[in-house]
Amino acid sequence: MTAIATVRAATPRRPGIWQRTRKTRTAYLFLLPALLVMAIITFYPLVFQVWMSFTDYGLTNLKSTAPPPNLVGFTNYQRILNNNIVLPNFDFVRILVFNLWWALSNVVIHVVLGVAIALLLNVEGLKAKRFYRAIFILPVVIPPIIVATVWKNMFDPQYGAVNLLFNGTIGALFKLPPVTLDWINQPNPIFQAGPFILPLAYFALLAANSWLGWPLNSVVATGALQSVPKDLYEAAEMDGAGWWAQFKTVTLPFLRPAMLPYAIYGFVITFNLFYLSYFMSGGGPFGQTELLVTVGYRLVAEQHLYGVAAAFAVFQFFILLTITIVTNRLGKATAAADA
Amino acid sequence: MTEQIQVAKAPVLATPIARMRTRDRRQLSISRQVVLQLLCLLITATVMFPLLWVVSMALDPRNISRPTDLSLIPPGASLDAFNRVLARPTLNPVSFAQLAFNSLFIAFLISVTSVVLGILAAYAFSRMRFPGRAFLMIAVLAVLMLPAIATLAPLFTSMNKIQVGTFNLRNSLVGVALAVTAGQLPFAIWNIKGYLDTIPRELEEAATVDGAGAFAVFRHVILPLSTPVIAVTAFFGFLAGWTEFYFSWSFLSDPKSWTLAMALNGMVGQYAANTRWSEFAAFAILVALPVAIVYLFLQRYIISGLTVGGVKG
Repeated sequence: MTAIATVRAATPRRPGIWQRTRKTRTAYLFLLPALLVMAIITFYPLVFQVWMSFTDYGLTNLKSTAPPPNLVGFTNYQRILNNNIVLPNFDFVRILVFNLWWALSNVVIHVVLGVAIALLLNVEGLKAKRFYRAIFILPVVIPPIIVATVWKNMFDPQYGAVNLLFNGTIGALFKLPPVTLDWINQPNPIFQAGPFILPLAYFALLAANSWLGWPLNSVVATGALQSVPKDLYEAAEMDGAGWWAQFKTVTLPFLRPAMLPYAIYGFVITFNLFYLSYFMSGGGPFGQTELLVTVGYRLVAEQHLYGVAAAFAVFQFFILLTITIVTNRLGKATAAADA
Repeated sequence: MTEQIQVAKAPVLATPIARMRTRDRRQLSISRQVVLQLLCLLITATVMFPLLWVVSMALDPRNISRPTDLSLIPPGASLDAFNRVLARPTLNPVSFAQLAFNSLFIAFLISVTSVVLGILAAYAFSRMRFPGRAFLMIAVLAVLMLPAIATLAPLFTSMNKIQVGTFNLRNSLVGVALAVTAGQLPFAIWNIKGYLDTIPRELEEAATVDGAGAFAVFRHVILPLSTPVIAVTAFFGFLAGWTEFYFSWSFLSDPKSWTLAMALNGMVGQYAANTRWSEFAAFAILVALPVAIVYLFLQRYIISGLTVGGVKG
């Protein structure tokens, strides 16, 4: 009797390893297909890329029967840092500075416009809100590649809609000669300070990306605005708070937790935004609107410098890692300030 | 079923909207109303301007190379440009249907692969505790941070080595779809996981008490409840394939396997001087319209996913 009781008590405490790992096995069974595919098309290429970055992998090594490339140590990395790659107008520091500024300036504009327009559409008693909300979502639903190609033609000096619109309205009003401003290829930069160069094309890209980017920010802001209890505004009003004071003390604390993660997400997305730079300006003039992603792309698709491209991708990885760590810290710091 | 999820997913949004409606009666003074309406109309104009421009170019009946003025609906508007572009969109002897088929093929492959693999993995991440979970989740997140182009060089060279007879994986639509899936799958896992996390566990617990195993719970509880997120993730996978450019442009060399985005590049790129803008506009509309309409239908789910996922980080 006693013996049986001990055995019974002992069995559930000491199940076989097969029993004990049942849950883990089930979990990995669900994960297996995704992990297998990712191992082949993501993790293997990432590791292979690091090896490639130390070789002179080029067109001659492509065929399955071709000899393997030679190991060249850190040569590719040095070539990138010394701007010694075949790509015309390549300047690593200049491109990195422009890329960071590109992401930052866009996100600031997107968030400010998005919040401002969300506030506008949140005004009590405004007529036709639903109509405006329906229209303002349209840029979001157009594929970015279409947006980029359409805006490229919009900025055409002779036939583009931007110049035609100006000539048809303000130009006609003041009887000005027709403007044929070449937005994309105008060679003299608008602003220049060391490696920080902003050509006119940058402003054309900025305009197109602002058109594309603010509506989604507005949607996120609207969601946050609708979670603000109306009583708070009434209380603030009774305390004699003006419009700005109400925004700062009531609205902003509700906006920040929703907008901040979205702004960080937007920063990374814009930092890697391929389509506008590639299609609208083609990186020009003189590679001044080139981004890291478009350079990486050109190294593979145009120059066939696979080894250099791999080293460039490794740089990109560390730059993005730094950005992620910094933005996360910033996000946490501001979140802590809120609490 | 769907109602339940909506409430479970966005409780913060649901109540204040209802409350706001009852309080939205406060009147604006006429002058304020007019000023704000003008502001709204100005924004409407900037949003609509490029869209109307494209539509008016596409409808232009004159078959001229470039538009010379701005007119909303050109006199004698016709669909000729659409007919021309459907018959032969590029200089290559390839029809629009062939291009669209290639894009559809890529899009479906990416969509199905990423959703099927994604939801299985997301279920494990969302509902199970197992050794290596944190490490694997960080691995998925890290890949999500990388742009899809980041692995272009190794994918190109590795796939180029896979040659069976005349079939080269790099120079094939399957190869392009695989390359895009590499970027799409981590997004699918993360997006679906975020949604599964919001489904209350009581339902599964009830099923488990009734004797259902992990697979039965997945099939009979999780899967039916996840329809919205499956639709959204499948749509984003489809969109990634439908408008895919950089992999197809660098991988594919045979004009027969060109995609819509590659043809579009031909219409605005280096050799675009001979492309009539009416045809470019018609082509852009044909590519954008189907996905734009689906987007508008799925909008509600996409946006609630965005805000909830966003707040959760």
